[in-house]
Amino acid sequence: MIEGRPFFQPQWIIDNLDEIGRRLGEHVLMTVIAVSAGFFISFGLALLVRGRPRLYGPVIGIAGTIYSIPSLALFALLIPLTGISLLTAEIALVGYTLLILLRNIVTALDGVPADVIGAAEGMGYTPLQRLWHVELPIALPVIVAGIRIATVTTIGLVAVTTLIGMGGLGYLIINSGIRRFFATSIYTGVALSVALAVFADLALLAIQRRLTPWARAREGRA
Amino acid sequence: MTASPPTPPTRIGAVVALEHVSKRFGPPGTPAAVEDLSLVIPAGEICVLVGPSGCGKTTTMKMINRLIEATGGRVTIDGEDVMALPAVELRRRIGYVIQQVGLFPHMTVADNVGVVPRLLRWPEARVRERSHELLELVGLDPATFGGRYPAALSGGERQRVGVARALAADPPVMLMDEPFGAVDPILRDRLQNEFLRLQAKVRKTIVFVTHDVDEAIKMADRIAILGRGGILAQYDTPDAILAAPASEFVEHFVGADRGLKRLSLGRVGDLPLLTPILARAGESRRTVVQRLDAASADYALLTDAAGRPIGWVGRHDLAGDGFLAEADATPGSAPLQPESTLRDALSAMLASSVQLGVVVDEHDVVIGLISVDAISEVLRGARDSGA
Repeated sequence: MIEGRPFFQPQWIIDNLDEIGRRLGEHVLMTVIAVSAGFFISFGLALLVRGRPRLYGPVIGIAGTIYSIPSLALFALLIPLTGISLLTAEIALVGYTLLILLRNIVTALDGVPADVIGAAEGMGYTPLQRLWHVELPIALPVIVAGIRIATVTTIGLVAVTTLIGMGGLGYLIINSGIRRFFATSIYTGVALSVALAVFADLALLAIQRRLTPWARAREGRA
Repeated sequence: MTASPPTPPTRIGAVVALEHVSKRFGPPGTPAAVEDLSLVIPAGEICVLVGPSGCGKTTTMKMINRLIEATGGRVTIDGEDVMALPAVELRRRIGYVIQQVGLFPHMTVADNVGVVPRLLRWPEARVRERSHELLELVGLDPATFGGRYPAALSGGERQRVGVARALAADPPVMLMDEPFGAVDPILRDRLQNEFLRLQAKVRKTIVFVTHDVDEAIKMADRIAILGRGGILAQYDTPDAILAAPASEFVEHFVGADRGLKRLSLGRVGDLPLLTPILARAGESRRTVVQRLDAASADYALLTDAAGRPIGWVGRHDLAGDGFLAEADATPGSAPLQPESTLRDALSAMLASSVQLGVVVDEHDVVIGLISVDAISEVLRGARDSGA
């Protein structure tokens, strides 16, 4: 630490609001891209393994393997292929969401009661109508629970992508913070990152509650 | 079939015919689940498929709406082969009720009832109007229940919504797979009675699956008894089956108490009902005693202000002065309805201290009494006529 400089400098935050805002926006964007892409891939995989249950084990195994690779090692593996780029960062981030999202989507769809599916079939829903109008709405609370975990996890991981030149709030923590022994930047980055995670989690919960008023009718009775 | 909504006068049932239908789940050579089954179900009748578990009754039913595809023979509805339409279109034309009801938890009651009309792309206003009509038809107030979610309903209410949902698009044919199997006996009796009243209005052709012989006798215009391997053991009216079982298997299946079971053929409403001595809470005990004396009766039936039964008051409950309270009454057996079978009436009465059955209408208002004597009269008559 440099002598004579106060530990925490509010003035720095005020002077750098633009930069902080930009990093926050980048953080949000990277998270949204990663979770959305992860969701669509997982959703497709979930439909695939539902049709072919024997694939469930291998697909979950691969997603689990990706999940277990340390993030730095995953960047190292990807850089020769995709360079130091947003794509590299997103491939890694998406990879980490797959295990969580896939498992939740499959569990959620499996949790739709058999009698409900039987009734839907007997009343003349086509398989696609049944998925869209019956199974997905009923599976929604469990699917959203998975998206919440994936989102919070991703918000934490985005910071690490600073090491390959991305990073959002991670830039404040690592590049302008740790590398320059500048505590104000570190705390700003950490605080915003935590606040973002909490906010995203609560926002998703609120959206889920709005979309599934019937789930509360059930809780109310239980 | 066009998507234009049918008009309110309900379509009467269609003839459902099974011609040499069989179903084998494995490759040729494996034992059949249903073997060469032929049945003609007349329009507007309730045909009950009954038999021991594994007799293929549910399989048979599901071959009508092609939830299971027959491997041999054909099924026709009003002469039209069910294979002529895509399966989903066929199913939208056939009502379907299952034991667990299978209401959609994420849809309101009104939306559940509107499912098939919406699949058929009826105009939205017509869908709402129709689900309104049907909730009323099954005795649920649309304003109260329409906006609720299934989780907030009782078992009986759910079952009623299930029936309303199956009737929504006014299908000529309805399939019911143990529809009252998951409710307690008293509620089951009520729901059965309600359904019979409803059927008298809508006159659908109904294929009804149950494993319960008594339910079959009560509900059926015709019973098809299936044996193991889906072989038709007998197909006839309940009366004919009880009077003359076609085989030892049928005789064994309907049980040794056939004489008693024939009581299930008679309905409470078929017998002349006795007029009860009524009493209300708040009346003076003396007035009620005078009324009992005048009729030389021993028990009065206490009802609430709407005429719904509360319980019996005997002479010993009426000793002394003062006024009658609801707490003075001894609850009797569960109320019967005109559609209740004499057998249910008898067992209800035998379980109660006062051997009179209270008969109520669909609003639970007392309409009369039925006595054990009247029922034994019927039993004697049946024996004398040689059954």
